[in-house]
Formats: sequence, structure tokens, C-alpha cells
Amino acid sequence: MPLELRDAEVAFGGGLLGRRRNLALAGVSLALDPGPAETLAIVGESGSGKTTLTRLLLGLLRPTSGRVLWRGRDLHALRGQDLAEYRRGVQAIFQDPFGAFNPVYRVDRMLILPARRFGLAANEEEARALAEQALGAVGLRAAETLGRYPHQLSGGQRQRLMVARAMMLRPRVIVADEPVSMVDASLRATILGALHLLRQGGGVSLVYVTHDLTTAWQLADRVMVMRHGRVVEQGDVEQVIGRPAHPYTRALLDAVPPAMPDPDWLDREDAA
Amino acid sequence: MTAPVLSVRGLEVAFATAQGQARAVAGISFDLAPGERLGLVGESGSGKTTTALALLRLIRPPGRIEAGAVLLQGQDVLAAGEAALRRLRGARIALVPQGAMNALNPVLDIATQFEDLFDAHAEPRGRVARQARIAALLRSVGLAPDVMARFPHELSGGMRQRVCIALAIALRPAVIVADEPTSALDVVVQKQVLATLARVQREIGAALVIVGHDMGLMGSFAHRIAVVYAGRIVEEGPVAEVFARPRHPYTRALIESLPRFGPRGVFKGLPGMAPSLLAPPPGCPFHPRCAVAMPVCAIEAPAETPLGGRHRVRCHLAAEEAAHAA
Repeated sequence: MPLELRDAEVAFGGGLLGRRRNLALAGVSLALDPGPAETLAIVGESGSGKTTLTRLLLGLLRPTSGRVLWRGRDLHALRGQDLAEYRRGVQAIFQDPFGAFNPVYRVDRMLILPARRFGLAANEEEARALAEQALGAVGLRAAETLGRYPHQLSGGQRQRLMVARAMMLRPRVIVADEPVSMVDASLRATILGALHLLRQGGGVSLVYVTHDLTTAWQLADRVMVMRHGRVVEQGDVEQVIGRPAHPYTRALLDAVPPAMPDPDWLDREDAA
Repeated sequence: MTAPVLSVRGLEVAFATAQGQARAVAGISFDLAPGERLGLVGESGSGKTTTALALLRLIRPPGRIEAGAVLLQGQDVLAAGEAALRRLRGARIALVPQGAMNALNPVLDIATQFEDLFDAHAEPRGRVARQARIAALLRSVGLAPDVMARFPHELSGGMRQRVCIALAIALRPAVIVADEPTSALDVVVQKQVLATLARVQREIGAALVIVGHDMGLMGSFAHRIAVVYAGRIVEEGPVAEVFARPRHPYTRALIESLPRFGPRGVFKGLPGMAPSLLAPPPGCPFHPRCAVAMPVCAIEAPAETPLGGRHRVRCHLAAEEAAHAA
């Protein structure tokens, strides 16, 4: 099992002052396939707990109860070599390409530094070659990217840099939290295509967090639908999106605009 | 078409930057019929929001409206005096701003935000009449009247956006300009808010210009669609016509890049990046990304080709086809 949540609960508030305890996540379990790489889509709206879930998987948050496991061992008990291996093995892509960069460093640093630290490259030149290769895979030209500061790049370029960085480290799992929600339509396909290729050819499993059922359909093998910190429906993508059982899944599906213009689509809503 | 309620002619807006003038809007013209919903669709940096704000003359320095006319029921908004402009805004042309999170004054309760608008236009008069109007407006956008006593931070994003819609329709304007009104909302709420916007717009008989980046959403909301690229409308027409027979390669690419419940693992996009507005490519600004570009496209900017039925396009290829057909 590369990455696993067992009955994870996250509560905010409570404590001595006796404020009401809010459950951001209420007993959620998930396990990525230990065999072939797979893409698991976590679908839900804001407040559903999907971002809290990614923070657990990335070790940025400890569950109030329950466990996060990496290769069968408790994430928060990992030390030394094991911890380093987890940190390379699980990579993150965040929603906001503007908030994910340190503005005072050139973007080279976020590619070169991990390549050296994780021992993927023996020297600066090898690291640079790795970086250039990864940039090419997401349609960025090294000459137009390396040497720049984050503010000199567009949002789409920054997000592709994040994808390139995650790819370059050859992780076992990528956790991507709404990676295309702030990216223009023309670029969305490039980024999703690169992620899909990683899982197809690179053996990288993907946890894809989104509110958009169409991209979940295109990308995922399995889907988990979340609401108010709970999993309301999960299964094969063809089953969950093709034959949704839970009313909330159906509401999410109904909110997707039809592929061809349908003037009645909105009227059905206002009548309801 | 009946006389347009809004006619935009040759609108140009530029921003002064350290690197020179950025032409955000480089000559935009369109007509809006009464009751019509026109979607301005484009990617970030295309000039769609700048166009929308220029309709209300809300461009602030370093931005400047350089040229053009915005005729609202025959009166040029761009030439109006300050006092006339204040009477126009809110009463005859109103804005539903992007990100309702920040559009409301956080230290005033909702009723006071309506009062400010009523004060500015000296109507309706009288406390009782105003309270009744506010309650009716809130109800019309699906909110309980007691929302008027609340402060913005006590409301959800969807509720705040509904308040913004109620404010926009409060004085029954002839034209509503909505700038990405649902981009910050969850998908389920987005659909509900759009349905409300469409209903109240119909009820008061206003025409609507809506700015968006989601071609799919626009397709089922707008009556007509105008695709904006590098500060120009590259294609405009009735939604059904544009979706069924897109004539500009950029429009076609936008439609094809819409995620669908079709074959899985297939991702169709558009290579390249939006052009720099400081130094746009010569000729057609889309030619560096265009799969069917011809030599002429790098030299000469295409003129507008009318395609009949209020469908028009700016593309050399379409111009050639039209010339052959004639």
C-alpha cells in the first residue's frame, strides 16, 4: 500500500474553552492500489474536506484520530532515510500557482535543489539536464523559464513548472489539489495530459482533487465523492459518474454545463 | 434587429506600463438588443473584463479609454459629464462585479448598501417605501428579507453574490454588466446563481453583458457569444450557430478543449500562450498558435467578415471562403 488513510478524523475547535467542535473530516479511509499506478479523484465542493484530506496525505496535518500510512508505516513515526524517501515519493501540486513559489528565488532553484538533495543528479549539470527534460514534458522551453523569477511567469507557466517539478522527482504518488482550476482552458488539457501520461507510462499514482466531474471522468480510474467531511459515494469512475447513486453526486453532475448549448439547462434549475 | 439598447463602437483601452502601452482593448464593436444576453468569452488577459468595465467608464489609471463610443439608448457613456455619468451608473447601466467577496462594504449592513444606492439616485423616497423595496429585491434573488440586517461577513459567497445581483437590478437598469459573476462560487451554487440572474434579468427586461472564461457555461447561458482574443472580438454570433459552425480556429479550439463526458484519457488543448499586449505579433494576433495559418496571417490583420444572421468573424480563411462563395 503506497499511501493509505485509516479511519482518519480531523476536528477543529473544541478544547478547554468548549467551543463547538467542527469535524473537517469524519472517519475517512482510502488506500491507493499497491500494484499498478492508478488515479483516484476526490470530488466535492468547498467545505467538503477534500483539501484537509490532501493535507493529511502530504503530512502537513496530523489526524485527530485515525492514521496516515506510507508503505504500511505511520507517517508521523518516520525518521531519517524513511522520511526522506516519503518526501521524495509523494509530491504535491497545489491549486494556486501564485502562492506556491518563493518570490525571492529564481525558479531554477525549485528544480535544481531537490534534484541534488534527493540524489537524482550527481552534479549541477546533471540536475540542469533533468530540469530541462521535465520542462519539455509540460511544454515549457527551458530558455524561457530557467533564470526567471516567479513574477515574470504567467499563472499557466507556473502551474506547469509545479507539474514539471513533481514529475522530475519520479515520485510514487502525486497529490494534486485542483491543479487546473486557476488555469486557462487552452492550458488545462496540457496539464491534465501530462498527469495522465505519468500514470500511464511513469507508474505514478495520482490523487486528483477537484470539484469538476468532467475532468475527473477524463482522468480518474476511481472516484470518491465527499460532502461535509464524509465520503458519500465511491467506486469505479464509470459507475460513480455513469450511474450515480447518491443525490449529491447527481446534483454535482447536473451542475456541469452541457457540452452543446442548451437554453433549458438553467430554467430547469430555477424551477427546482 | 430592433434598435440596440447598447452600441459599442471602436472601443480602445490602453494601460501605461513601465515597458510601454499595453493595448488591452484594441477596437471592439458590438450591439446588444433589448433583453439579450451577450457572453464575452476569453482567456485571462484577453481584454474581456477591461471591455466590460469600460462600458461603465470604470477604467482607472494607469488604464485609459483611448477611443470609441458606448451608446446607451443613444447616449454616449464615454462622453457624458460627471453628473450625468453618476445618474447613468446604477440606474440605466449596472455592474455585477467579479468576486462578490470584496464587492460589498464590510462595515455596512446589507440594507445600508441599498440605501447608499437609493440616496445617490434620490429614489425611492421614504423609509417605508425603501424597506419594502429592499425586501422585495432580496426576495426576488431568493434571499429572505431579514438578510438586510446582516453584514457581508455573515453571508456565504453565494448569498453575497445574490445581494450584488439585487443591487444591480434595484433601479431596473436597461443594461446589466456581469463580470465573471460566479467564478468564485462552487459549481452547484454557480448554477443556482446564474439561474437567478437570468430570471431577474428577464423579469425587468434588461439586456445583459456577461464576461466569462468558461465557454461551456456561456453556451447554455448566453443568447449570443463574442469570443475575445488580444483585445478584439474574433468571432461573434448566436450561441447555437457559433457552437455548431465555429469559423475562427480559436473558437474551434476553445470548444474542443471543453472537458466532456466523452472518451476517457483524451485531452485536447491549444498550444502556445496568449500574446503579449505590449508587443502583439504582427498580422493576426492568433497566427503563432493557429494550426491553419497562411503566409498572409503573419503580415496583415484580418478584417471582419460578415457571415449572415449576425454571425461575424475575423479570419483570413473565412474571408477567402466568403469571397469564393460570392
